[in-house]
Amino acid sequence: MIPTPDLSHLSRGDYDHVYEPAEDTFLLLDALEQDATELLRSRPLICLEIGSGSGCVSSFHSFSNYPPVYISTDINLHACRCTRRTGLQNKIPIDSILTSLTGALMHRLSHAVDVLLFNPPYVPTYSDEADDAQHDAGIAGAWAGGADGMQITNTVLQQVEPTADQSVQSLLSPTGRFYLVAVKENDVPGIRQRMLDEHRLQSQIVLQRRAGREHLFVVRFSRG
Amino acid sequence: MVRLITHNLLACHAKGCTSNNFPLQLKDVQVELRDAEYNADFLRGFISRIEWPALVDAARQLGDTSLPNEPPEMMDDDFLQKLHHVLLEIHIEEGAMICPNCAHVYPISNGIPNMLLAEHEIG
Ligand SMILES: C[S@@+](CC[C@H](N)C(=O)[O-])C[C@H]1O[C@@H](n2cnc3c(N)ncnc32)[C@H](O)[C@@H]1O
Ligand SMILES: [Zn+2]
Repeated sequence: MIPTPDLSHLSRGDYDHVYEPAEDTFLLLDALEQDATELLRSRPLICLEIGSGSGCVSSFHSFSNYPPVYISTDINLHACRCTRRTGLQNKIPIDSILTSLTGALMHRLSHAVDVLLFNPPYVPTYSDEADDAQHDAGIAGAWAGGADGMQITNTVLQQVEPTADQSVQSLLSPTGRFYLVAVKENDVPGIRQRMLDEHRLQSQIVLQRRAGREHLFVVRFSRG
Repeated sequence: MVRLITHNLLACHAKGCTSNNFPLQLKDVQVELRDAEYNADFLRGFISRIEWPALVDAARQLGDTSLPNEPPEMMDDDFLQKLHHVLLEIHIEEGAMICPNCAHVYPISNGIPNMLLAEHEIG
Protein backbone atom coordinates (compact mmCIF):
# COMPACT_ATOMS: atom_id res chain seq x y z
CA MET A 1 0.00 0.00 0.00
CA ILE A 2 1.37 3.37 -0.98
CA PRO A 3 0.20 5.87 1.63
CA THR A 4 -2.18 8.62 0.55
CA PRO A 5 -0.30 11.94 0.59
CA ASP A 6 -0.40 13.99 3.75
CA LEU A 7 -2.78 16.92 3.19
CA SER A 8 -3.03 18.02 6.81
CA HIS A 9 -1.50 21.42 5.98
CA LEU A 10 -4.53 22.31 3.80
CA SER A 11 -7.61 23.79 5.41
CA ARG A 12 -11.26 24.45 4.59
CA GLY A 13 -10.24 27.91 3.45
CA ASP A 14 -7.94 26.39 0.83
CA TYR A 15 -10.74 24.21 -0.46
CA ASP A 16 -12.92 27.28 -1.01
CA HIS A 17 -10.60 28.04 -3.91
CA VAL A 18 -9.03 24.71 -4.81
CA TYR A 19 -10.53 21.35 -5.73
CA GLU A 20 -10.63 19.11 -2.70
CA PRO A 21 -9.47 15.56 -3.46
CA ALA A 22 -12.52 13.43 -4.14
CA GLU A 23 -13.46 10.06 -5.65
CA ASP A 24 -11.97 10.98 -9.03
CA THR A 25 -8.67 11.91 -7.39
CA PHE A 26 -8.58 8.68 -5.41
CA LEU A 27 -9.42 6.58 -8.45
CA LEU A 28 -6.40 8.09 -10.20
CA LEU A 29 -4.21 7.32 -7.18
CA ASP A 30 -5.47 3.74 -7.16
CA ALA A 31 -4.69 3.41 -10.86
CA LEU A 32 -1.16 4.69 -10.31
CA GLU A 33 -0.70 2.33 -7.41
CA GLN A 34 -1.90 -0.57 -9.52
CA ASP A 35 0.65 0.34 -12.21
CA ALA A 36 3.42 1.24 -9.75
CA THR A 37 5.71 -1.70 -10.54
CA GLU A 38 5.54 -1.10 -14.27
CA LEU A 39 5.91 2.63 -13.88
CA LEU A 40 8.98 2.18 -11.77
CA ARG A 41 10.46 -0.30 -14.23
CA SER A 42 10.08 2.21 -17.06
CA ARG A 43 12.39 4.59 -15.17
CA PRO A 44 10.47 7.78 -15.87
CA LEU A 45 12.43 11.02 -15.90
CA ILE A 46 9.69 13.58 -16.36
CA CYS A 47 6.22 13.38 -14.89
CA LEU A 48 3.78 16.14 -15.85
CA GLU A 49 0.45 16.67 -14.17
CA ILE A 50 -1.98 19.07 -15.81
CA GLY A 51 -4.47 20.68 -13.43
CA SER A 52 -2.78 19.62 -10.21
CA GLY A 53 -5.28 21.26 -7.82
CA SER A 54 -4.32 20.38 -4.24
CA GLY A 55 -1.21 18.53 -5.43
CA CYS A 56 -2.49 15.25 -4.04
CA VAL A 57 -1.72 13.25 -7.19
CA SER A 58 1.74 14.65 -7.92
CA SER A 59 2.73 14.03 -4.30
CA PHE A 60 1.81 10.37 -4.43
CA HIS A 61 4.92 8.25 -3.96
CA SER A 62 4.34 5.84 -6.79
CA PHE A 63 7.87 6.02 -8.10
CA SER A 64 9.48 6.55 -4.73
CA ASN A 65 12.76 4.73 -5.40
CA TYR A 66 13.52 6.58 -8.56
CA PRO A 67 12.72 10.25 -8.34
CA PRO A 68 11.63 11.73 -11.63
CA VAL A 69 11.05 15.42 -12.10
CA TYR A 70 7.50 16.33 -11.18
CA ILE A 71 6.12 19.30 -13.05
CA SER A 72 2.59 20.47 -12.51
CA THR A 73 0.42 23.11 -14.07
CA ASP A 74 -2.82 24.78 -13.09
CA ILE A 75 -4.62 27.94 -14.19
CA ASN A 76 -5.65 28.61 -10.61
CA LEU A 77 -2.95 30.40 -8.60
CA HIS A 78 -4.33 29.04 -5.31
CA ALA A 79 -4.02 25.55 -6.72
CA CYS A 80 -0.41 26.17 -7.76
CA ARG A 81 0.37 27.31 -4.23
CA CYS A 82 -1.36 24.33 -2.65
CA THR A 83 0.46 21.95 -4.98
CA ARG A 84 3.79 23.40 -4.02
CA ARG A 85 2.98 23.17 -0.31
CA THR A 86 1.70 19.62 -0.64
CA GLY A 87 4.91 18.66 -2.38
CA LEU A 88 7.00 20.14 0.41
CA GLN A 89 4.82 18.47 3.05
CA ASN A 90 5.37 15.08 1.40
CA LYS A 91 9.04 15.67 0.56
CA ILE A 92 8.50 15.63 -3.18
CA PRO A 93 9.84 18.68 -4.96
CA ILE A 94 7.10 19.64 -7.40
CA ASP A 95 7.72 22.39 -9.90
CA SER A 96 4.34 24.06 -9.83
CA ILE A 97 3.69 26.32 -12.79
CA LEU A 98 0.85 28.79 -13.31
CA THR A 99 -0.19 28.25 -16.89
CA SER A 100 -3.05 26.91 -18.98
CA LEU A 101 -2.64 23.22 -19.83
CA THR A 102 0.90 22.78 -21.19
CA GLY A 103 1.57 26.40 -22.19
CA ALA A 104 5.28 27.32 -21.97
CA LEU A 105 6.23 23.63 -21.66
CA MET A 106 5.14 22.37 -25.07
CA HIS A 107 8.25 23.63 -26.81
CA ARG A 108 10.78 21.89 -24.58
CA LEU A 109 8.76 18.87 -23.51
CA SER A 110 8.23 17.69 -27.04
CA HIS A 111 8.56 13.88 -26.91
CA ALA A 112 9.87 14.13 -23.37
CA VAL A 113 7.03 13.37 -20.94
CA ASP A 114 7.24 9.87 -19.52
CA VAL A 115 4.16 10.06 -17.34
CA LEU A 116 1.36 12.50 -18.13
CA LEU A 117 -1.54 12.85 -15.70
CA PHE A 118 -4.76 14.76 -16.18
CA ASN A 119 -7.85 14.75 -14.03
CA PRO A 120 -9.67 17.42 -16.04
CA PRO A 121 -12.76 19.52 -15.50
CA TYR A 122 -15.00 16.81 -16.98
CA VAL A 123 -18.56 17.79 -16.02
CA PRO A 124 -20.79 18.59 -19.03
CA THR A 125 -21.91 22.23 -18.86
CA TYR A 126 -22.94 24.94 -21.27
CA SER A 127 -19.99 26.07 -23.30
CA ASP A 128 -20.26 29.61 -21.89
CA GLU A 129 -20.03 28.26 -18.38
CA ALA A 130 -16.78 26.48 -19.19
CA ASP A 131 -15.40 29.58 -20.92
CA ASP A 132 -16.24 31.73 -17.90
CA ALA A 133 -14.73 29.19 -15.53
CA GLN A 134 -11.52 29.08 -17.55
CA HIS A 135 -11.41 32.85 -17.59
CA ASP A 136 -12.03 33.20 -13.85
CA ALA A 137 -9.51 30.47 -13.02
CA GLY A 138 -11.26 29.72 -9.74
CA ILE A 139 -13.02 26.73 -8.26
CA ALA A 140 -15.54 26.36 -11.12
CA GLY A 141 -12.57 25.68 -13.41
CA ALA A 142 -12.13 22.42 -11.53
CA TRP A 143 -15.29 20.90 -12.96
CA ALA A 144 -16.89 22.97 -15.76
CA GLY A 145 -16.09 20.99 -18.90
CA GLY A 146 -18.38 22.47 -21.57
CA ALA A 147 -19.95 20.32 -24.29
CA ASP A 148 -19.86 16.64 -23.28
CA GLY A 149 -17.46 17.75 -20.54
CA MET A 150 -14.73 17.53 -23.18
CA GLN A 151 -13.98 21.15 -24.00
CA ILE A 152 -10.74 21.32 -22.03
CA THR A 153 -9.75 17.66 -22.38
CA ASN A 154 -9.99 17.82 -26.19
CA THR A 155 -7.19 20.37 -26.36
CA VAL A 156 -4.93 18.11 -24.34
CA LEU A 157 -5.79 15.06 -26.43
CA GLN A 158 -4.45 16.95 -29.45
CA GLN A 159 -1.12 17.58 -27.72
CA VAL A 160 -0.34 14.10 -26.47
CA GLU A 161 0.68 12.52 -29.74
CA PRO A 162 0.93 13.88 -33.28
CA THR A 163 -1.75 13.10 -35.81
CA ALA A 164 -0.89 11.11 -38.91
CA ASP A 165 0.23 14.25 -40.76
CA GLN A 166 2.63 15.11 -37.89
CA SER A 167 1.45 18.70 -37.94
CA VAL A 168 1.15 19.13 -34.19
CA GLN A 169 3.74 18.67 -31.51
CA SER A 170 3.62 15.79 -29.15
CA LEU A 171 4.30 15.39 -25.46
CA LEU A 172 4.77 11.69 -24.85
CA SER A 173 8.25 10.19 -24.86
CA PRO A 174 8.67 6.92 -26.79
CA THR A 175 7.71 4.89 -23.71
CA GLY A 176 5.43 7.59 -22.30
CA ARG A 177 2.08 6.89 -20.70
CA PHE A 178 -0.87 9.18 -20.33
CA TYR A 179 -3.44 8.69 -17.56
CA LEU A 180 -6.74 10.47 -18.08
CA VAL A 181 -9.72 10.63 -15.73
CA ALA A 182 -13.09 10.66 -17.48
CA VAL A 183 -16.76 10.12 -16.75
CA LYS A 184 -19.30 8.18 -18.73
CA GLU A 185 -20.79 11.35 -20.27
CA ASN A 186 -17.42 12.08 -21.89
CA ASP A 187 -17.93 9.00 -24.10
CA VAL A 188 -14.93 6.92 -23.08
CA PRO A 189 -15.21 4.43 -25.99
CA GLY A 190 -15.35 7.40 -28.38
CA ILE A 191 -12.23 8.98 -26.86
CA ARG A 192 -10.33 5.70 -27.09
CA GLN A 193 -11.35 5.12 -30.70
CA ARG A 194 -10.39 8.64 -31.69
CA MET A 195 -6.98 8.38 -30.02
CA LEU A 196 -6.38 5.11 -31.86
CA ASP A 197 -7.56 6.34 -35.26
CA GLU A 198 -6.07 9.81 -35.20
CA HIS A 199 -3.02 9.38 -32.98
CA ARG A 200 -2.34 5.63 -33.10
CA LEU A 201 -2.35 5.43 -29.33
CA GLN A 202 -3.42 2.22 -27.64
CA SER A 203 -5.47 2.49 -24.49
CA GLN A 204 -6.71 0.50 -21.55
CA ILE A 205 -9.27 1.22 -18.90
CA VAL A 206 -7.14 0.83 -15.79
CA LEU A 207 -9.97 1.26 -13.31
CA GLN A 208 -13.59 2.29 -13.24
CA ARG A 209 -15.87 2.97 -10.32
CA ARG A 210 -19.32 4.30 -9.56
CA ALA A 211 -19.29 7.12 -7.04
CA GLY A 212 -22.72 8.55 -6.33
CA ARG A 213 -24.06 9.78 -9.64
CA GLU A 214 -20.72 9.63 -11.43
CA HIS A 215 -19.33 6.68 -13.32
CA LEU A 216 -15.60 7.35 -13.28
CA PHE A 217 -12.84 5.91 -15.43
CA VAL A 218 -9.07 6.08 -15.55
CA VAL A 219 -7.84 5.45 -19.08
CA ARG A 220 -4.18 4.82 -19.85
CA PHE A 221 -2.83 5.67 -23.31
CA SER A 222 0.50 4.53 -24.68
CA ARG A 223 2.15 3.52 -27.93
CA GLY A 224 1.27 -0.09 -27.11
CA MET B 1 9.58 26.62 -7.28
CA VAL B 2 11.70 27.45 -10.23
CA ARG B 3 14.76 25.28 -10.07
CA LEU B 4 17.19 25.54 -12.94
CA ILE B 5 15.84 22.22 -14.18
CA THR B 6 12.46 23.94 -14.57
CA HIS B 7 13.94 27.03 -16.13
CA ASN B 8 15.53 24.71 -18.68
CA LEU B 9 12.08 23.44 -19.67
CA LEU B 10 10.20 26.73 -20.03
CA ALA B 11 9.93 28.70 -23.25
CA CYS B 12 7.93 31.73 -24.31
CA HIS B 13 4.57 30.72 -25.76
CA ALA B 14 3.12 34.08 -26.71
CA LYS B 15 1.28 34.25 -30.01
CA GLY B 16 3.66 34.09 -32.94
CA CYS B 17 6.74 33.74 -30.74
CA THR B 18 8.16 30.47 -32.01
CA SER B 19 11.85 31.05 -32.59
CA ASN B 20 14.59 32.36 -30.31
CA ASN B 21 12.00 32.02 -27.51
CA PHE B 22 14.33 29.99 -25.27
CA PRO B 23 16.04 30.24 -22.80
CA LEU B 24 14.16 32.90 -20.91
CA GLN B 25 16.46 35.54 -19.43
CA LEU B 26 16.55 35.83 -15.66
CA LYS B 27 15.98 39.23 -14.13
CA ASP B 28 16.18 40.54 -10.56
CA VAL B 29 16.09 37.05 -9.15
CA GLN B 30 16.26 36.03 -5.51
CA VAL B 31 17.63 32.59 -4.97
CA GLU B 32 17.40 30.07 -2.16
CA LEU B 33 19.49 26.93 -1.82
CA ARG B 34 17.81 23.75 -0.63
CA ASP B 35 19.33 20.28 -0.36
CA ALA B 36 17.91 17.66 -2.68
CA GLU B 37 18.42 13.92 -2.68
CA TYR B 38 21.34 12.94 -4.90
CA ASN B 39 20.66 10.27 -7.51
CA ALA B 40 23.45 9.62 -10.03
CA ASP B 41 21.34 7.34 -12.24
CA PHE B 42 18.69 9.99 -12.60
CA LEU B 43 21.26 12.62 -13.56
CA ARG B 44 22.90 10.36 -16.14
CA GLY B 45 19.49 9.68 -17.65
CA PHE B 46 18.32 13.25 -17.54
CA ILE B 47 21.33 14.82 -19.21
CA SER B 48 19.96 14.01 -22.67
CA ARG B 49 16.88 16.14 -21.94
CA ILE B 50 18.88 19.22 -20.97
CA GLU B 51 19.67 22.13 -23.25
CA TRP B 52 23.22 22.34 -22.03
CA PRO B 53 24.33 25.86 -23.03
CA ALA B 54 21.11 27.29 -21.53
CA LEU B 55 21.79 25.56 -18.22
CA VAL B 56 25.42 26.65 -18.06
CA ASP B 57 24.41 30.18 -18.89
CA ALA B 58 21.63 30.36 -16.30
CA ALA B 59 23.94 28.97 -13.62
CA ARG B 60 26.62 31.52 -14.47
CA GLN B 61 24.10 34.35 -14.29
CA LEU B 62 23.41 33.20 -10.75
CA GLY B 63 27.10 33.10 -9.92
CA ASP B 64 27.66 29.37 -10.21
CA THR B 65 30.51 28.69 -12.62
CA SER B 66 31.03 25.02 -11.81
CA LEU B 67 29.75 23.56 -15.08
CA PRO B 68 31.94 23.12 -18.19
CA ASN B 69 30.91 24.54 -21.58
CA GLU B 70 30.27 21.05 -22.88
CA PRO B 71 29.05 18.08 -20.87
CA PRO B 72 32.12 15.87 -20.31
CA GLU B 73 32.34 12.40 -21.82
CA MET B 74 33.33 10.90 -18.51
CA MET B 75 30.51 11.66 -16.10
CA ASP B 76 32.36 11.07 -12.88
CA ASP B 77 30.96 11.67 -9.45
CA ASP B 78 32.58 15.04 -9.11
CA PHE B 79 30.85 16.32 -12.24
CA LEU B 80 27.50 14.74 -11.33
CA GLN B 81 27.58 16.36 -7.90
CA LYS B 82 28.00 19.76 -9.52
CA LEU B 83 25.24 19.06 -12.00
CA HIS B 84 23.01 17.90 -9.16
CA HIS B 85 23.54 21.14 -7.30
CA VAL B 86 22.90 23.37 -10.32
CA LEU B 87 19.84 21.51 -11.58
CA LEU B 88 18.07 20.67 -8.36
CA GLU B 89 19.26 22.76 -5.43
CA ILE B 90 19.14 26.33 -6.69
CA HIS B 91 15.60 27.68 -6.37
CA ILE B 92 14.50 30.97 -7.82
CA GLU B 93 11.90 32.37 -5.44
CA GLU B 94 11.33 35.85 -6.80
CA GLY B 95 12.12 37.72 -9.98
CA ALA B 96 11.17 37.43 -13.61
CA MET B 97 11.93 35.57 -16.80
CA ILE B 98 12.01 37.52 -20.03
CA CYS B 99 11.63 36.23 -23.55
CA PRO B 100 14.76 36.97 -25.61
CA ASN B 101 12.61 37.29 -28.72
CA CYS B 102 9.45 39.25 -27.86
CA ALA B 103 10.48 40.60 -24.42
CA HIS B 104 7.38 39.17 -22.74
CA VAL B 105 7.87 39.23 -18.97
CA TYR B 106 6.93 36.16 -16.92
CA PRO B 107 7.06 37.02 -13.20
CA ILE B 108 8.12 34.58 -10.50
CA SER B 109 6.51 35.11 -7.13
CA ASN B 110 6.78 32.87 -4.06
CA GLY B 111 8.56 30.33 -6.22
CA ILE B 112 5.74 30.06 -8.74
CA PRO B 113 6.34 31.20 -12.30
CA ASN B 114 3.39 32.96 -13.88
CA MET B 115 3.34 31.74 -17.47
CA LEU B 116 -0.24 32.85 -18.16
CA LEU B 117 -0.89 34.94 -21.23
CA ALA B 118 -3.57 37.55 -21.78
CA GLU B 119 -6.33 36.48 -24.15
CA HIS B 120 -4.90 38.40 -27.11
CA GLU B 121 -1.45 36.88 -26.57
CA ILE B 122 -2.58 33.27 -26.82
CA GLY B 123 -1.47 31.60 -30.06
C1 LIG C 1 -11.00 17.89 -11.28
S1 LIG C 1 -9.77 19.02 -10.70
C2 LIG C 1 -8.43 17.90 -10.33
C3 LIG C 1 -7.46 18.40 -9.28
C4 LIG C 1 -6.43 17.37 -8.83
N1 LIG C 1 -5.58 16.96 -9.92
C5 LIG C 1 -7.13 16.16 -8.26
O1 LIG C 1 -7.07 15.10 -8.91
O2 LIG C 1 -7.68 16.28 -7.18
C6 LIG C 1 -9.25 19.84 -12.21
C7 LIG C 1 -8.10 20.84 -12.06
O3 LIG C 1 -7.76 21.33 -13.36
C8 LIG C 1 -7.50 22.72 -13.27
N2 LIG C 1 -7.70 23.31 -14.60
C9 LIG C 1 -8.86 23.63 -15.23
N3 LIG C 1 -8.62 24.16 -16.44
C10 LIG C 1 -7.26 24.18 -16.59
C11 LIG C 1 -6.38 24.64 -17.62
N4 LIG C 1 -6.85 25.18 -18.73
N5 LIG C 1 -5.05 24.52 -17.41
C12 LIG C 1 -4.56 23.98 -16.27
N6 LIG C 1 -5.34 23.54 -15.27
C13 LIG C 1 -6.67 23.64 -15.42
C14 LIG C 1 -8.45 23.21 -12.22
O4 LIG C 1 -8.07 24.46 -11.69
C15 LIG C 1 -8.40 22.06 -11.21
O5 LIG C 1 -7.38 22.25 -10.28
ZN1 LIG D 1 8.35 35.52 -26.74
